[in-house]
Amino acid sequence: MATAFKPDETFRGDFRYSNSAAAVLRFPFPFVEDRYMYGINLEPHTRPGSSGAFAVAFDVDEHYVAECAERALSLAQDPGRCLVLPHMHEAEWDTLELIMESLAADYPEHFTLEREGLDWTWTNRPLGLHQTFRFGDAGTLPYPPFEYITRQAQGDFTLQDQRDGTLYIDGGITTTQADWSLAFDVGMTFHEWHGPVPLAHQAGVFDRALQYLMRVRYGHPARRLNWTLTVNPRLDTSPENYPIWGPDRASLTPENIADRLFLRVELQTFYRLPRSNALLFGIRAYLANLADLTRVPKWGRRLHRVMRDLHPEVVGYKGITRYHDVLVNHLAQFDDGAPTSPGIAPDVDALREM
Amino acid sequence: MMDDRTLSLRVAAAPLVATGLRRLHLVAADGSRLPPAAPGAHITLTLPSPAGARPLRNSYTLVEADPERGYQLIVRRTDRSRGGSHHIHDRLQPGDTIEATVPHNLFALHSQARKHLLIAGGIGITPMLAFVAHLREARAAFELHQIASADEAGVFAALLAPHPGERIQVHAGRDACDIAALLAAQPLGTHVYTCGPGAMMDRIAAVAAELGWPASHVHREDFGAAGGEPFTARLARSGIDVAVAGDQTLLEAIEAAGIDTPSLCRGGACGVCILPLSEGDPEHRDHFLSEAERASGCHIMPCVSRSRSATLVLDI
Repeated sequence: MATAFKPDETFRGDFRYSNSAAAVLRFPFPFVEDRYMYGINLEPHTRPGSSGAFAVAFDVDEHYVAECAERALSLAQDPGRCLVLPHMHEAEWDTLELIMESLAADYPEHFTLEREGLDWTWTNRPLGLHQTFRFGDAGTLPYPPFEYITRQAQGDFTLQDQRDGTLYIDGGITTTQADWSLAFDVGMTFHEWHGPVPLAHQAGVFDRALQYLMRVRYGHPARRLNWTLTVNPRLDTSPENYPIWGPDRASLTPENIADRLFLRVELQTFYRLPRSNALLFGIRAYLANLADLTRVPKWGRRLHRVMRDLHPEVVGYKGITRYHDVLVNHLAQFDDGAPTSPGIAPDVDALREM
Repeated sequence: MMDDRTLSLRVAAAPLVATGLRRLHLVAADGSRLPPAAPGAHITLTLPSPAGARPLRNSYTLVEADPERGYQLIVRRTDRSRGGSHHIHDRLQPGDTIEATVPHNLFALHSQARKHLLIAGGIGITPMLAFVAHLREARAAFELHQIASADEAGVFAALLAPHPGERIQVHAGRDACDIAALLAAQPLGTHVYTCGPGAMMDRIAAVAAELGWPASHVHREDFGAAGGEPFTARLARSGIDVAVAGDQTLLEAIEAAGIDTPSLCRGGACGVCILPLSEGDPEHRDHFLSEAERASGCHIMPCVSRSRSATLVLDI
């Protein structure tokens, strides 16, 4: 089924954003059981038989056109959201090739890549782009290669150089980030940039995750889901703009929380890049509000149990403290105490009537 | 696309470049583009086994990897081999097709090295050829020392063909290169890359350590240890014996036997596939079990770990 894009959506100001019923049912719900704690939830990506957001390398959904416009707006206001250190030059071209090849193969109705040696032509029909360029010659593109292609993709991306037994975050583009700053983190090691996360270091999560990620092979991408909560469908929750979005947390009430509070899920993907041997992290944010998610009975029950029993340090780290009581009280109405099936599947074909 | 892990390659040419050294030029069998690869990457070829046993899987470094022109390998005919190099030298003909993995790189150049010191022994020249091409293009500082037997020195000198101003030396004879003096003379920030006989690479690593080089500045070729010796897994509760082939994981063998067992990362990190062990000598390769848990011998992570004993008894 062809995706019907919603180019008029906005992620700031008047927040014109909504999910279709199909988008809710394919939402990458992050809780596999009725409780949540940090752990290693890495697994192979794009396995045969995968569905929904996991079916292809880089998922393009109904928000694609609007999210690309939002990214352009963020970059116009703050060009520093895209930073790539000079030694990641080859990784930039690797990223461009990977995303172009994947989009053209997975969505031939929307994207076409034609190659004659190093002379490439890229067509992006949803954004109305047609670009002929020479692969390897950045002067033939309107932006540097990494920025050029990630302006046409949903979600943030970071580039990791692998050396000295760790990963260094040596580039990226961040306009849909959950309260972290690329400008602050660039050049850090894996353990340094994860420094603020509570509890997980002591559990050895980052040591094991690093070992796994350093062994991700070309052609064998991996993924994991991460989550937080965001007030309003705002993609750009950056530390740089905290004064703009931070106060939103004080605006939640029992009356508006269903519509205004969004579960923000990051589909994180990890790709070994072939020419540079760098590791590309895709950090794709999906937003759905409580009103929509609780139309799936299993997800409503599970959200209540997960949020009610969340470790206090996790509540604090994810910025939920201020409205945790309102959240749990609201979700209680969707929990009848019935058992839930293991895994994230919605277990229904249609949403419950509102 | 990206998760196609097996390449079907056609032999475009297979000239003998010297006695016992054959260059293989491989292109995609269907004429499509091949995945690019960083210098230092290798591919693993599937080669028929002489005795009609399971096919051999031999890894060879990519001397050149161009998506359109194809891959170049150089294969030495070795008498001690299990037959893989004999097959390549004696039977493989232009036009034949051969199966290979996509490229994998465990021998990457370091992005922050001030200078790259390359030291190869014999056929260990192959990754160095890829490194030299890359370092030349990047205009990076490098120096290459090739150690060869006296009668092969000319062959390697011809393969290396230094450009003017480059320090590329072929040393005839194992003792013709003074490793300690060479390492001692390097500027701070140099990284050394070695490929050749294990004893040579060990010696260079030892000399570097003695001279106070950080371990992170010493690199050696590595094809990884994905597989291992075949063994038998006895599933005590199911009452079946499962044969685990050398190129198969214990988890894959259990799944192939129709036993449904949970797994997630399949890389030894998450802990989901943990299985109870009751007998045998496991070779733990995971990052999940602690030293104490390994010592207790009660569990194994079948996605990566194997067996040193002929049989491993699992309580499933």
